[in-house]
Amino acid sequence: MNKGLTLRDVVITKGGAPLLRVSHEVAAGEVLSIMGPSGVGKSTLLAFITGTLAPDFSATGSVWLDGVDITHAPAHQRRVGILFQDDLLFPHLSVGANLAFGLRAGGTKSDRQAKIDAALTEVGLEGFAGRDPATLSGGQKARVALMRMLLSEPCGLLLDEPFSRLDTALRAQVRALVFARAKARGLPVLMVTHDAEDAEAAGGDIVTLTPSP
Amino acid sequence: MKHLALLAALIAPVAVLADPNPADWDAVKAEAKGQTVYWNAWGGSTTTNDFLAWVGSRVAADYGVTLEHVKLTNTADAVTRVLAEKQAGEDDDGAIDMIWINGANFAAMKEADLLFGPYAEQLPNWAVVDAAGKTVQTDFTVPTDGYESPWAMAQVVFVHDTADMPERFGSMAALLEWAQANPGRFSYPQPPDFLGTTFLKQVLVDILPDPSVLAVEATDENYEEVTAPLWAYLDALTPNLWREGKAYPATGTAMFPLIADDELDLSISFSPGAASTAIANFELPETVRTFVLDKGTIGNASFVTIPYNSGSKAGAMVVANFLMSPEAQARAQDPAILGYGTVLDMNAITAEERAVFDALELGVATLTPAELGTVQAEPHPSWATRLADDWTDRYGVAQ
Amino acid sequence: MKSRRLLPVLPLLTLLAMLGPVIAGLYGTVLPAFGHLPAAGLTGPTLSPFFDLFDWAGLPRAIMLSVGVGVGATAIALTIVALLTAGWSGTPAFRFLERLLSPLLSVPHAAAAFGLAFLITPSGWISRALSPAMTGWDRPPDLLIVQDPWGLTMMTGLVIKEVPFLLLITLAALGQADTRRSAAVAQALGYGRLTGWLKTVFPRVYAQIRLPVYVVLAYSMSVVDVAVILGPNTPASLSVHIVKLMSDPDIAMRLQGAAAALVQLGLVIGALVFWRIGEGVVARLGQRWIMGGGRGKIDPIMCILALTAGGICAFAVLAGIVVLGVWSFAGFWSFPDFLPEQFILRNWMRHGSGTLAALGETALIAGCVTLMALVLTIGCLEAEYRYGLSISARGMWMLYLPLLIPQTAFLPGLQTLMLNIGADVGRFPVMLAHLVFVLPYVFLSLADPFRAWDVRMGTIANALGARPDRVLWRVRLPMLLRPILTAAAVGLSVSVGQYLATLLIGGGRVATLTTEAVALASGGDRRAIGVYGIMQTGAALIPFTLALVVPAIVWRNRKGLRHE
Repeated sequence: MNKGLTLRDVVITKGGAPLLRVSHEVAAGEVLSIMGPSGVGKSTLLAFITGTLAPDFSATGSVWLDGVDITHAPAHQRRVGILFQDDLLFPHLSVGANLAFGLRAGGTKSDRQAKIDAALTEVGLEGFAGRDPATLSGGQKARVALMRMLLSEPCGLLLDEPFSRLDTALRAQVRALVFARAKARGLPVLMVTHDAEDAEAAGGDIVTLTPSP
Repeated sequence: MKHLALLAALIAPVAVLADPNPADWDAVKAEAKGQTVYWNAWGGSTTTNDFLAWVGSRVAADYGVTLEHVKLTNTADAVTRVLAEKQAGEDDDGAIDMIWINGANFAAMKEADLLFGPYAEQLPNWAVVDAAGKTVQTDFTVPTDGYESPWAMAQVVFVHDTADMPERFGSMAALLEWAQANPGRFSYPQPPDFLGTTFLKQVLVDILPDPSVLAVEATDENYEEVTAPLWAYLDALTPNLWREGKAYPATGTAMFPLIADDELDLSISFSPGAASTAIANFELPETVRTFVLDKGTIGNASFVTIPYNSGSKAGAMVVANFLMSPEAQARAQDPAILGYGTVLDMNAITAEERAVFDALELGVATLTPAELGTVQAEPHPSWATRLADDWTDRYGVAQ
Repeated sequence: MKSRRLLPVLPLLTLLAMLGPVIAGLYGTVLPAFGHLPAAGLTGPTLSPFFDLFDWAGLPRAIMLSVGVGVGATAIALTIVALLTAGWSGTPAFRFLERLLSPLLSVPHAAAAFGLAFLITPSGWISRALSPAMTGWDRPPDLLIVQDPWGLTMMTGLVIKEVPFLLLITLAALGQADTRRSAAVAQALGYGRLTGWLKTVFPRVYAQIRLPVYVVLAYSMSVVDVAVILGPNTPASLSVHIVKLMSDPDIAMRLQGAAAALVQLGLVIGALVFWRIGEGVVARLGQRWIMGGGRGKIDPIMCILALTAGGICAFAVLAGIVVLGVWSFAGFWSFPDFLPEQFILRNWMRHGSGTLAALGETALIAGCVTLMALVLTIGCLEAEYRYGLSISARGMWMLYLPLLIPQTAFLPGLQTLMLNIGADVGRFPVMLAHLVFVLPYVFLSLADPFRAWDVRMGTIANALGARPDRVLWRVRLPMLLRPILTAAAVGLSVSVGQYLATLLIGGGRVATLTTEAVALASGGDRRAIGVYGIMQTGAALIPFTLALVVPAIVWRNRKGLRHE
């Protein structure tokens, strides 16, 4: 196997009854859209991939990322980034500290600061490093959340309906930004959404999950 | 040579473990240096607590002994503790090094072999104690045999607020009459509090035609007969007490705030000088005075004793000795400090030391030694225990 | 590394810290109760301690007192809280009461009892304020108020402290019971505010607060310090009698004390069962009331009554503290003066070093115990999060167990046990004894905020490459600063207020502000009591104040965390 995110025969069950089945490959730079009605288990699938599956679920199958089987790796060693509906910026840290949290270890203090500043500039937020995250607008927060994730240099990106809280004007903007950055870094992206527009803009494969009978 | 050294090495620790000999005072002082003495003493009176704190500072300065005042609500707690330690086999370093004690508690400890001694009469300051004139060698008719050393003399006095009750009376019968005329203005601490039980004894001593029957142990045969007048008296008195006898102050010191609050006009105290001290501390109005009965009132001595398993016996003896020193005795008698009576013989101390005593202002509410009149002897401890229990059965549970 | 091995063990360690002393203490009580005390050469089993106990003439009254005061205080407090919440939740008046809760809760029981006593005795502050102008008294009337034989004053002293406690618990439960909408629906259906709330929301809320109510019941039945200060002494309540018996030098008395402790345990269990049955009865009556459809015509009156009752409780506690303060600065102060003749600093100077020493001891013990409790609690909660262990309903009972078993039932037994095994008394055993009571409160205070933390933050942090320990220390705990400080304040005030644990397990060598203050109760020196009472309250109040102030300062530039 090579670059990309591969889901191989993933079956997630709850209380003995199977919830969903997925088997798919996402190449580097591509976006896989997973759609389906509420409650079908889309977020659970993401939880399985990040390694935070709740105890009442069980799963079989495997997840491979860039040729490495991460199915049983601890959650913090999987190198998979995730963005949620809410920006979930750490409220007790400044914008710069939020970004620094994900930055991989190593480098001098000034190197790290330079990387943070470069990331902020990349999304048009230069000078925001010392700000309180709660004072940012919705779009600004989404951008910071994205850069925080990208600074940790993930090998894949998961999106859990990340644009649904943004108003329509902002949505297209942020969406385009996310996809562009992911493509530029050659990341496979798995997006969960129930907005057909998102799937269309992604331009990749679409998998529709249906509730098991 | 080798064997001698070995023998010496073996004996040395044993010598250290042996109890200090009070007769060898220099050795005692040397051993006491650096020891901590836990003195378990009643802590319900802030003036007494202050005095003990002062004693602590003096023995620390002069002898290097650290004194810790463990405040008790009930001396029996300390007795329990030593007993429990003996049963648990704790014979070397008990939690208690000295107890302020007398009466039934002392009798119980002496009988159960819980005390260290005899030591009292070997202490240097015993020489100035008035062993002949004051009851410091018997404790409630039980001989001390040197197992406890005295440090204060107490005598029952009646305390009254002359603003509301200008006259004094001379007998318990007169007290009953007064109470019936002025209901709700007198009370006494609830037995088995020490002072409360003493009130019962005082009534008995005053109304019995021949109180000498109380000097010997109470027997089942004579108890009913002897105490019958007391219960008759209390039956008449109780409905006229404060709160109609349905509640009692917990201790003697709790009565003073009630006088200050104008809830009581009359109270009793074991310390002739306590009223003056209280006035000086804003705790009683300045119109308060004391009096004794015509036939006299009960008096006794306060002692300290050292449990057999104390780990600081030398330090405790140093403290006990200091308590009998003229300096400490004069300070205790000062009504601005404590107002307790002294155990010393004024003729046995030096002229300068006597001058300190003479210079003491007895206090506006304190009777002079002449006015204190006859000191009646304490009854045998068995009477006190029976009286307290009987009182609890009759009046201590709600009618 | 270490936490992977230590963390799963922590829940067990916590249970041991909480229940170990209780079980050991009960063991140390049961054996002597049946006459078995090898250290004194007695072997059982025999029922003679129980027979001796039943010979005591005061037993029936002491039992009636314990049960009456316990059930009465709990019922009254619960009623006040229910009516108060029903009639006023969401209004500005209620929000004002809410803000008073922390200071009210931090006042230790003993200080509140002293304050109440100084307020309502015939020569107390209220009487002085009204005399001689309104009452015409120039000496105090001979009324048996404090230490009355029915225990009414004792009940009042308990109620004024239990109302804030139950109110706090109820407020926490409200957040989880979707109450505002139910109340709105009921009002739309024409029900008065109070009746509507009681019929629709109270049953749900009660299910949540049931265990704390049981705790209040057990506590009210077996409290010692409040009984000493406000309760009757002819005869005293059963708990006070137990403590007296257990300190008697006579061994037969101590066996009797153990028997009495078991009797008390039985009474508490019986009262809990009785209360449980009572719940069923009230539920059935409630159903009938609901079916009746009455819209609550007397609601306005009930609302006023409830607010008055709540206000009186708050006033009693706060005014009690003020009067303690006045006594601590008082020169000569007689009836019917409203204020002392002179204000002096002498009382503070006199007791200054004593109170400071006691304060130091209190702070040391409270600080260590609370730290231990926080470590164990956070460890357990984190273990629960990481390993998916969750505390079932049965687990909650175990958490509450140390609070439901009367202290008089197991602390004396623990003391005897320690003596028998030669364990030294002193600060460390006292800390372990305090931990038994502090742990449940800290856990209860911290558990909900801890679990309510958005776990997606954790997921993101993991995705950013942070190990679980880093997530805990760098993300979760900093965000939980305010709940942690509040839980710490709760723990500290519980430790400050402990009386029996310090007294018995400390062997008299450990002097805290509370033990010193209650020891002064029998001496009646009001100035000293005032000084110690104020110090005691301050020691408990300062942590609560810090819990409010510190987050405000730390998060002054973090809007997201300031308005929790």
